[in-house]
Amino acid sequence: MNPFDWLSELLARFQDEHILVQRGSAIALAPAHLLGIDPEDWGRAAQTAAAYDCRWAGIWAEERGETLQVNAVLVRNGDHLVLRTAIPAGAPRLDSHTPYFPGADRMERHLRDLFGVDFSDHPDPRRWSRHNRWPEEAHPLRKSFAADQAPLPPQPEEDYAFIPVQGAGAYEIPVGPVHAGIIEPGHFRFLAVGETVLNLEERFGYTHKGIEKIAEGRDAFGLARLAGRVCGDTTVHHAWAACMAMERAARLAPPPRAVALRALLAERERIANHLGDIGAICNDVGFAFAQYQFSRLRELWQRDSAACFGHRLMMDAVIPGGVAADPDTPQLQRLRDGNARLRQELPGLYPILDDHPSLEDRLVTTGVLAPETARRLGVLGYMAKASGIDIDLRRDHPYAPYDHLPVATPLFSAGDVAARMKVRMEEILHSLELLDKLLDELPPGEVQRDWRAPAADSEGLGLVEGWRGEILTYVRFGSDGRVARFFPRDPSWFNWPALEQLIHGNIVPDFPVCNKSVNGSYSGQDL
Amino acid sequence: MLRILNKIRKTSIVTEPRPTTGEAALDEISERLREGVARRFRGSLAIRAVDAGSCNGCELEIHALNNSFYDVERFGIHFVASPRHADLLLITGPATVHMETALLRTYAATPDPKLVVAVGDCAACGGEFGCSYASRGGIANVLPVDAVIKGCPPTPQALMEGLLEALEKPRR
Repeated sequence: MNPFDWLSELLARFQDEHILVQRGSAIALAPAHLLGIDPEDWGRAAQTAAAYDCRWAGIWAEERGETLQVNAVLVRNGDHLVLRTAIPAGAPRLDSHTPYFPGADRMERHLRDLFGVDFSDHPDPRRWSRHNRWPEEAHPLRKSFAADQAPLPPQPEEDYAFIPVQGAGAYEIPVGPVHAGIIEPGHFRFLAVGETVLNLEERFGYTHKGIEKIAEGRDAFGLARLAGRVCGDTTVHHAWAACMAMERAARLAPPPRAVALRALLAERERIANHLGDIGAICNDVGFAFAQYQFSRLRELWQRDSAACFGHRLMMDAVIPGGVAADPDTPQLQRLRDGNARLRQELPGLYPILDDHPSLEDRLVTTGVLAPETARRLGVLGYMAKASGIDIDLRRDHPYAPYDHLPVATPLFSAGDVAARMKVRMEEILHSLELLDKLLDELPPGEVQRDWRAPAADSEGLGLVEGWRGEILTYVRFGSDGRVARFFPRDPSWFNWPALEQLIHGNIVPDFPVCNKSVNGSYSGQDL
Repeated sequence: MLRILNKIRKTSIVTEPRPTTGEAALDEISERLREGVARRFRGSLAIRAVDAGSCNGCELEIHALNNSFYDVERFGIHFVASPRHADLLLITGPATVHMETALLRTYAATPDPKLVVAVGDCAACGGEFGCSYASRGGIANVLPVDAVIKGCPPTPQALMEGLLEALEKPRR
C-alpha cells in the first residue's frame, strides 16, 4: 500500500458530509499532508475521521495577527494528516474533538488554558495546565502575555473537582504532588473500597515550565537544547524531533553519518530506559534481584554513552544540521563491546524473569489495558504494542536511517504489566540488532552541515519513534531565524489517560507497578 | 532459584571502593562521606528527594546513586518516603510556580535541623528554563539552600561530592 492511499477515501467522506477542504498541500509540512478546513467543519471533520478509524495525534495553536491558527493531526497507516483552521483571535471558539477522540481531552484543555480557545462542547470544563496561580483571563501563550509576567502569590491548589466519593465504605486516597519515590510530581486521586481501586483521576501540570513560551525567540541551537530538556529521559528523541522539524523548515538534510549516529544515539536511549524500567517494574513487586542486575547493566551502558558522546544521557548530542560528537574507532569499539555484553548477559537474565513464580503472580493479569480501550485513547509505543496495536513509526513511516534498516517490533495482546515488560525486553534485543547494523555500516564523512536559518514563516514537522512512542514536534520560524512556535508532543499525553483505565479493579498496592509499567513523563506532558 | 544464585555469584560485588573515573581527589570522597554522615547524623542520613519541576534527568542520576556501583546506602545514606522522616531535602528542577506551594509545605514538614541541597543547573539558577511566568528559577528563590550541586544533570559522583560539601559545611 502506498502512502496516503487512504486519503482519497477520507476526502470523499468529507465531501459526503459537506466538509469543505481547501489549501491542500503535500509539501508544506512533508511528510505530512496539510489540509485547510473551515472552523465550522472542525468537529464534523473529526467525527468523520473517527468513523474512518483514524488515530488522533495532537493539537496545537498559534496566534498569528488577528487570527488563531489551530492544527490537529490525524494518522492512518502511519501517514500523518494535519488539519488546519483559523479562528478569530478575539473570540476563539471551536468544536471539540474529544467526543470522537477521548485522547484529545487534555491537549484541548491545555490549549484552552494557554490560548483561551473555547471548546464549547468539551465534556470537561476543569483547568489542566494552568493552575489557580493564574487568573481566568491570563493565557500565557497569547502574544499579549509577557513571558516574565508574575503569577499570583503562592496559594493552595484550587478545589479541583475530582469525582466525589459516594457510597458506604468508599474512600479517597490523595497522593502527591510530592511522591514517595524519586520521581516527578503529579497528583493521583484514588477512590477505593477496601483495597480495590474504583476510580483513579490524575491531576498534572505541576512541572509546567512554560517551555512553549520560552522557546519563542530562541535560535535553532537554543531550541535544540531546550527540546533536549522537555523530558530528560527522552533527551535524544526530543532533540531529534525538534532538529528534524527545524531542518525540514530549512530544507537542510544532515549528512548520512550524522543521520546514522542519531539513530545510534536514539536506540541507545531506548535500551537505557528499557533496562531501567525492567528493573524498576520488578523492584515494585519486591524482586530486588532484577533491580540490581538491570540497574547495573544500565549504569555500564550509561558509562559507555559518556565515554563516547560526553554525556551519560547523551544530552545535547543532537544539534541542528547533525550531531555534536563523532566517536573515533576505539570509542566505536567500546560501543560494540557494550552491545556484546548485553547480548551475553540478557539470555541468562530473561529466563529468570520469564519463569519466576512470584513475578508471574504479580505481573500477569495486573493492570490490563484492553486493546479496544488502548485504540480509543490512541496510546503509543510499548503501551500500544502490549495491547495488540502494531504501530511503530520507524517501520510504518520510516525516516532516515530507518528506511534502510529492518525494524522488527514485538506485539502482545494481553495488555497487562507483564506484556508491557515483555515489549521492553524484546525491544532491547531488536535495538541491539539495529545498533550492530548501524555500527557495521556507519557511513564515513562529516557529522554536521552548517546551519542556515530558514526564511521567515518556514515551518516543519518532526516525527520520531521515541522509546515511549511517537513524538511529534512542530516548529515555525519567525524573522531572523528565531523560533516563533515550538510544540513538542510527547507520547505521554496519550499514555497517561490509559493508566486511569487500566487500574480499575486492581488493588491499591499494585498501583506503583502499574504506574511504572506505563512510565509516563510528567515533564513531557506538563511542558 | 539456582539460576538466580548463580547469577549473583558470577556478578560478584561491583560496588566501587571509590569513584574511579574522576580525579585522584575523589579517592577520599567516599571515606569523607561516610565520616560526615557518621559525625553529623550518627551514621544515618535520611534524604527526601523532591522534584520541584525538573525534566527527570536529575532523578535518573539520583536513582543511580542507589545502583550497586555507587550504593550510597553503605555510607548510611538512605532515601525516605516522607519529608517528616528526612534530615536533608534533595531538590531538583527549577522551582515551578505550580510546585511552589508543595515545595514550601514539604520544607515546613521536614523537622529541624535540616539541610537543603539544590541539585542540577535548574535548581541552582533556573538552568535552561530560567525565570519565566511559570518558573521561579533556582530553588534559592523559594527556600534557603545549604549547598548547590551543578550539572545537567550532575553525575552520581558529582552528587556524592555535593552531599559531602553540604555535610562539611558549618551549621546554619
